[in-house]
Amino acid sequence: MSATATAHTNDNYLNHEKGLWSWLTTLDHKRIGIMYMITVMLFFFIGGIFAMLLRTELIAPGRTIMGPETYNRIMTYHGTIMVFMVIIPGIPAFLGNFVLPLHIGAKDVAFPKLNLVSWYCLIVGALVAFTSLFYNGVDTGWTFYTPYSIRTQTGVTFMVVGAFIMGFSSILTGLNFIVTVHKLRAPGMTFWRMPLFVWGLYSTAIIQVLATPVLAITLLLIACERLLGVGIFDPTLGGDPVLFEHFFWFYSHPAVYIMILPAMGIISEVITAFSHKTIFGYKAIAFSSIGIAAVSFFVWGHHLFVAGQSEVAGIIFSFITMLVGVPTAIKVFNWTATLYKGSIEFKPPMLFALGFLFLFTIGGVTGIMLATIALDVHLHDTYFVVAHFHYVMVGGTLMAIMAGIYYWFPKIFGRMYSQFWARITFVLIFIGFNVTFFPQFILGAMGMPRRYYDYLPAFTALNRISSIGAYTIGLGFLIALGVILQGIFAGEKAPANPWGAKTLEWTTASPPPHDNFAVEPIVTAGPYEYR
Amino acid sequence: MIWPLSSLLYSIAHAGGTFMPPDGDTIAPLYDHLYTFMVIIATIASLLVIGGMVYFCIKYRRQPGKNSAYITHNTTLEFLWSFIPFCLFMVAFGWGWYVYYQMRTMPENAFEVNVLAQQWSWNFLYKSGKKTTSDMYVPVNTPVRLIMTSKDVIHSFYVPAFRQKQDVVPGRYTQTWFLAPHVGNFPIFCAEYCGMGHSAMLGTVHVLSKADFDKWLETNPYKGLTPVQIGQNLFQVKCSVCHNPTTQRKVGPGLQHVFGSMVQLQGQPPHLADENYVRTHILQPSTYTVQGFPKGVMPSFQGQLSEEEVLGLIAYIKSLK
Amino acid sequence: MSTVNAHVERHSPLAHHFRDMAQQFDAAKLGIWIFLCTEILMFGGLFVAYIIMHGLYPAMFAEGARWCDWRMGAANTTVLIVSSFFMAAGVHYTQTNQRVKAIQSMILTILLGCVFLVIKYFEWRHKFELGLLPAHFFHYKGAHHANLPMFFSLYFCMTGLHGIHVVVGMCLIAWVTIRSIRGEFNSEYYTAVETVGLFWHLVDIIWIFLFPLLYLVG
Repeated sequence: MSATATAHTNDNYLNHEKGLWSWLTTLDHKRIGIMYMITVMLFFFIGGIFAMLLRTELIAPGRTIMGPETYNRIMTYHGTIMVFMVIIPGIPAFLGNFVLPLHIGAKDVAFPKLNLVSWYCLIVGALVAFTSLFYNGVDTGWTFYTPYSIRTQTGVTFMVVGAFIMGFSSILTGLNFIVTVHKLRAPGMTFWRMPLFVWGLYSTAIIQVLATPVLAITLLLIACERLLGVGIFDPTLGGDPVLFEHFFWFYSHPAVYIMILPAMGIISEVITAFSHKTIFGYKAIAFSSIGIAAVSFFVWGHHLFVAGQSEVAGIIFSFITMLVGVPTAIKVFNWTATLYKGSIEFKPPMLFALGFLFLFTIGGVTGIMLATIALDVHLHDTYFVVAHFHYVMVGGTLMAIMAGIYYWFPKIFGRMYSQFWARITFVLIFIGFNVTFFPQFILGAMGMPRRYYDYLPAFTALNRISSIGAYTIGLGFLIALGVILQGIFAGEKAPANPWGAKTLEWTTASPPPHDNFAVEPIVTAGPYEYR
Repeated sequence: MIWPLSSLLYSIAHAGGTFMPPDGDTIAPLYDHLYTFMVIIATIASLLVIGGMVYFCIKYRRQPGKNSAYITHNTTLEFLWSFIPFCLFMVAFGWGWYVYYQMRTMPENAFEVNVLAQQWSWNFLYKSGKKTTSDMYVPVNTPVRLIMTSKDVIHSFYVPAFRQKQDVVPGRYTQTWFLAPHVGNFPIFCAEYCGMGHSAMLGTVHVLSKADFDKWLETNPYKGLTPVQIGQNLFQVKCSVCHNPTTQRKVGPGLQHVFGSMVQLQGQPPHLADENYVRTHILQPSTYTVQGFPKGVMPSFQGQLSEEEVLGLIAYIKSLK
Repeated sequence: MSTVNAHVERHSPLAHHFRDMAQQFDAAKLGIWIFLCTEILMFGGLFVAYIIMHGLYPAMFAEGARWCDWRMGAANTTVLIVSSFFMAAGVHYTQTNQRVKAIQSMILTILLGCVFLVIKYFEWRHKFELGLLPAHFFHYKGAHHANLPMFFSLYFCMTGLHGIHVVVGMCLIAWVTIRSIRGEFNSEYYTAVETVGLFWHLVDIIWIFLFPLLYLVG
């Protein structure tokens, strides 16, 4: 009913106000979400080009197209861009921003101005980070390990200050989401009626709020270390470089869950919607999100098994890391069980969700191998680790982002993209991904260390296969960009609920009106009532 | 009880190839048992999930007239698929702990070698006073303990054949050990990113028979060599990561035609490249920075080279005409 | 309520996406508490660094603490505690519609913040003159402990970051004071005063931890 009412006036958030200025000063969570989408996609393509350059250099041993100085810089920018500017803001700030208030029947997030400030923090932070390009680049890797990051004659200070500012973007988004979930739910929207994407975002927000400040102070200390000579992380001044690793991973391990938890939320949404079946084990999935978030704070030491921390600490961290595996396994089994006796449609979002399930499973089991402390001694800092986290971050998070974009696209833009070409992108990305990263597991087992500009001739064949896979992924994402642009500007008009999904956002018009719902919805049942 | 099972799996997997490097020490077979076990379990788990997914996708694809079932949860099933993975994880954890314990228990009365890492080379110091760079020589069938530290940034001592890896941290000593049961040469990698020459920071462990090792310990590596030859050998292991013996620049300038020329310096008047200039550059490299190269990249070799070796290097650089 | 809203449509304190003032106030309050958590965690990083370094080099901290005048530190502690009291009074008077008293209290809070900064200035100037600075600038000749510069690095990082918070807090209080003078707050709507007050108390509490750690321990 509300949908028809708004359809008549034809007023939606996209045409509510006009002009660039109205976008740059907007307080509408949907518009801010779109601004995030544009920024994140831009950064993603920059980071992706760097990835292609890296794989091109590694296509043969020795110098192929660049020297080691350039390679190390490109490797660093690929990592920092993809982590701080793409994957961390990717789901929460872009899809989360757009969908969260719609999911819980709110008109906006709790603090719209803060929401806009978060976006500007990301932009300013990114600009500061890119300033480092004019100061000899950054060649530390995205982990900024001391004392290398203190000694190197490059623009590390700009990069860490930029990441510090981007950290605020993440903190403020998390804060906003927690308050929104607690205070702005529509009448009848109890916690157990919230869609699982909201649960994912909520647990993510908790990590963002609790872990990012520690990263902020750590990065600030690196900047101070370079400018003033603090000494805490610098052995020549009496400090301890391993302490930096502890500080860094205390944030950066939970950050991995900042990247994957909302992705898991999207997968829950998409799998139910295209199986036309209620989710299997709603509470288990919701609780496991919170469980993962809670345990994620106590596993950072598994990045330091060979760093020189005590053996006892290593064993304890290995044990706790195993525990994180349990809720993760629960989720995977629940999604698979959701398919059982469903009525499954293979629309593009579903293909990406199934691709996620495939790749994330491999990422997960190899994660358990790395958590096994003895195995990690050999595999640590080899291509096995590179393959593992790309399976989780790209095979997991990025597949979920693609699933999410294709799923909510008709809601966001009110138009439909080409289903055929969207399926082509899936095939290219999925196959290309496996071709790229599966050989890297073998390279790692053979002992090829990561961040290597040059390698032994024995590693050549697998590296070559990997590079060919990378170009396939690149092609896939280029076509995906085409699909998205074509859909935005020339797609057919989409109805309010093209997929027949049950969550609240599909009850309002596509694209939604400025205030989201013409009448505040009153919720009387769970999110996935496919009876 | 686990041992025969893993032995079986190990032999199966070895027949098919685990992609692991050859076993170089006594830890490697222990490691490979566990690794094989984990690969098999991981493969089975992945096949179950992915196979189930594919099967359901085919069986329950959308068909006209068929609706989905309404199943919210199943407590028994959910308990089982939490508990069984938990048990498997605990097996992995316990077994990992067991092998790790072997890896980290330093043997008594081991043959000790001090390792000094620097950007971008490995230096080995033996009790007899012998020093080597890049090449480590150890006797076969003898436990060897490495006491390691770094001069500059964090490195990581990694010998894939030994399945051993340990970060080498400035300002503290870390250690690792191995016992090589047969002779052979095994590559050493640096596994912790350390800058420009990270991937070139390689070395070799030479496991020698007891007799060969004793012979090696006694030989003076420079016996019968001219200073230029000494310098050339040293240049290969110490300098060639960053310097070419030609005019082509690498990390640092190429060194051909340098000796005897006037070198353009940053913030200083040009300097004649004489013996003293080269010596200062090797021992206190921060004194001069050549025009067009970043400051502070070159590490100091103070304390690592004998007078004879410095003279050799100077003679060699002189010879690059 | 609705007539008030109609009357001052543009300045209505109720944002469009909230149902009522109570919901808006609750949201703001939850938000500021979460923000304070993040602040504590950020300083927490410095405190952890302090604890670990103190464990490694207790003598260095003992030597460093001798250069910190505990009388000035104690004076500053008192100043901040009293300022917190006035801030609390400011919030109370705002809630009870005693606008003039509220404004007076908040101006007093700002003045006490200034006093804090002035005392801090003298402490810092003393150390600058002696050369007791972070490592790159440290030029005091009589240090006994080789790592003494690290103490002053920590000292300047911790008091510096805290000092920035004091300045930000004062600006925020000035902002709510101006809004108070304009008459924007009353017993129905005082969210900004309350949240700024909470922030100021946090600044105070952090100092209460910094003071013994830097001036007294050791």
